[in-house]
Amino acid sequence: MKQLSREAELAARRVDVGHVTCMEALRSGGPETKASAFVMGLGNILHKQVGKGLIFLAAEVAYIAFMVLSGFHNLAMLPSLGSVEQQEVWNEELQVFLYTKGDQSILILLYGVATILVTLMMFWIWRGTLKSAYVAELLDKRGSHINTLADDLRGLLNENLYRLLMTPPMFFILVLTILPLVFMICMAFTNYSKIGDHLVLFDWVGLDNFMTLFDGSSVLGGTFWSVLGWTLVWAFFATFTNYFFGMILAILINRKGTRAKGFWRFCFVISCAVPMFVSLLIMRTMLQPEGAVNVLLRNLGLIASDASLPFFTNATWARVTVIVINIWVGVPYTLLQLTGVLQNIPGDLYEAADVDGATKVQQFFKITLPYMFYVTTPYLIATFTGNVNNFNVIYLLSGGDPVTNLASTAGETDLLVTWLYKLTIDKQYYNIGAVVGILTFVILAIGSLLTYRNSKSYKEEGGF
Amino acid sequence: MKKETTKSAKAIRTRNNVLIHILLAVLAFIWVFPVLWVIMTSFRAEKGSYVSTFFPKAFTLDNYIKLFTDTTILNFPKMFMNTLVIAIFSCLLSTFFVLSAAYCLSRMRFKMRKPYMNMAMILGLFPGFMSMVAVYFILKAVGLTEGSLIRLALILCYSGGAALGFQIAKGFFDTTPYAIDEAAMIDGCTRWQVFTKITLPLSKPIIIYTILTSFISPWVDFIFAKVICRANADQYTVAIGLWKMLEKEYIDNWYTCFAAGAVLISIPIAILFLKLQKYYVNGMTGAVKG
Repeated sequence: MKQLSREAELAARRVDVGHVTCMEALRSGGPETKASAFVMGLGNILHKQVGKGLIFLAAEVAYIAFMVLSGFHNLAMLPSLGSVEQQEVWNEELQVFLYTKGDQSILILLYGVATILVTLMMFWIWRGTLKSAYVAELLDKRGSHINTLADDLRGLLNENLYRLLMTPPMFFILVLTILPLVFMICMAFTNYSKIGDHLVLFDWVGLDNFMTLFDGSSVLGGTFWSVLGWTLVWAFFATFTNYFFGMILAILINRKGTRAKGFWRFCFVISCAVPMFVSLLIMRTMLQPEGAVNVLLRNLGLIASDASLPFFTNATWARVTVIVINIWVGVPYTLLQLTGVLQNIPGDLYEAADVDGATKVQQFFKITLPYMFYVTTPYLIATFTGNVNNFNVIYLLSGGDPVTNLASTAGETDLLVTWLYKLTIDKQYYNIGAVVGILTFVILAIGSLLTYRNSKSYKEEGGF
Repeated sequence: MKKETTKSAKAIRTRNNVLIHILLAVLAFIWVFPVLWVIMTSFRAEKGSYVSTFFPKAFTLDNYIKLFTDTTILNFPKMFMNTLVIAIFSCLLSTFFVLSAAYCLSRMRFKMRKPYMNMAMILGLFPGFMSMVAVYFILKAVGLTEGSLIRLALILCYSGGAALGFQIAKGFFDTTPYAIDEAAMIDGCTRWQVFTKITLPLSKPIIIYTILTSFISPWVDFIFAKVICRANADQYTVAIGLWKMLEKEYIDNWYTCFAAGAVLISIPIAILFLKLQKYYVNGMTGAVKG
């Protein structure tokens, strides 16, 4: 009997905890719960949860201390991003020029964004304390068991394990992925750039940078559209050449008549073992005007002794070269990934096709391809996205070369990402780099959403 | 009549088989050739980036010896140790992050579950190093870009976002039956005990996969290390060192050593890759099905 009532109580508690919202707590909570909105943890302290309440209170004190010490200052500086220039002051005593500390907009922006993130997190904790105070109040009124701090800590290993395990990774993602991203996005709306010498002090400029890039008649704008065009062409060819080549190779290796399947697979996979940057750097040295390939061709008499094939010096040659070498780099991976999928195609489909007298080529186009497209649409989207952002192959292979238009900042094989790298690291046009990053994201997000929604695997889940 | 057709069909099949084997041999040669070439170069006695013969005129181990003894210009042993330390720690951290995130997302239901997975997908669409400059500023503001703290900075960079790559591990956990967890919990296990005493021991393949992939990434990463190390030559990783060897002022003396270094870091990766092939394949098919 006692056990039964305990069970009912547990259930009630679970329901209570699950369904309490922050607004309910503010509307129908008792005075101590409402007061928790100002003195966090008060409700918990008054309802036998002293330890938990004190932790909430400590969080509030820490936040207020942080805001008073630096937070408000950070926020106040954010709109102007600082205006005090570094100045030289003649120091009579020491007979030297001393530098007064000027404002550094980049730090002001960073601290400002960080303060906003801290405040958002604090708001989240604040909501949690309200809910927790309300739950404690309800349970106390009903006279049920209230979790002590020890109970709560034990819960962290059990039903709340996700809080314990997800918090550390989440913290690092917040600090090292989300904060930098927000920070970078903010830069897109400033004039933080070497143009006009705004590397120390810069201001908000609204959408100016976006306007510059969309304006096809300016140098940067013109470069943007041509780089975007090549990026899409590259991503298309890089994705589908690898896909088809890898698929055909996988079929050839896995067909019934092929001997020594393991050996063939080994031959292709072994090239994955050499780290990608090593093989790309080797390819690059081999394909230079005075590199191994050209010298070999000269010695064989295939080209004149003073001529060299313009692998990275002619725009079209360079573009074809990177796509071809990307096949060499990428096909082993595609082979591995598609082998499993190909083996999943039901064998009776092929048997039926054989009985009906279909040729192997017909089978490929009528069975294999539709099945593969159906199953691997998400994979194709991911690969396409990966290729748009494929930094390594282009940067290590051609470095974006050749640069035909000396006024522009990008070469003929530069993708949006490598251009972004050049803009930020080499040229220090941080604001334009940020805009390019944002636009890349927008293009990818829209593109992958549309293809995914129109794909068969989304429309008719579990077909085939 | 009937006998004749079967015979010709057989002949066609044999011809096709021969053709396909020849084709495969040619392709395999194209793929293996550069690898062989690197290995040959690493044992080559002549210096310089180009020689006219495929087989070196004389074989030597000097390139390997020089790599580890000539530390005046490019200190390879130091770079190797740097990379090893970074790889070990970032591997430990990332493995913990990936496995715990994957377990929670696969086995537990909580309010932030869907938002977290969507967030991971959206963050994946941003160019990886768009935020790299910003990460550098943040690390600089915290004071992690000086001296040996750079190693800590790199460890944080490599493992910080690891929990966003939970998909393969989650796919694996999804396939282990939930009934086992339930049975354990009825017997009085807490979630933590289920995770450490039941799920993890059952998931050796995916643990090995996660450990190995996160161990390899610092060895082959080049861009992050370059941006964060900047001019601090004593903190360079192997990848930057190899890149340096191919710069104009070093290439003539160091090209063969570059090949030797490449072979050295390729060997562990080759072994791992051959062992891991099947997980790679399984991970892919699992992900598509799920």
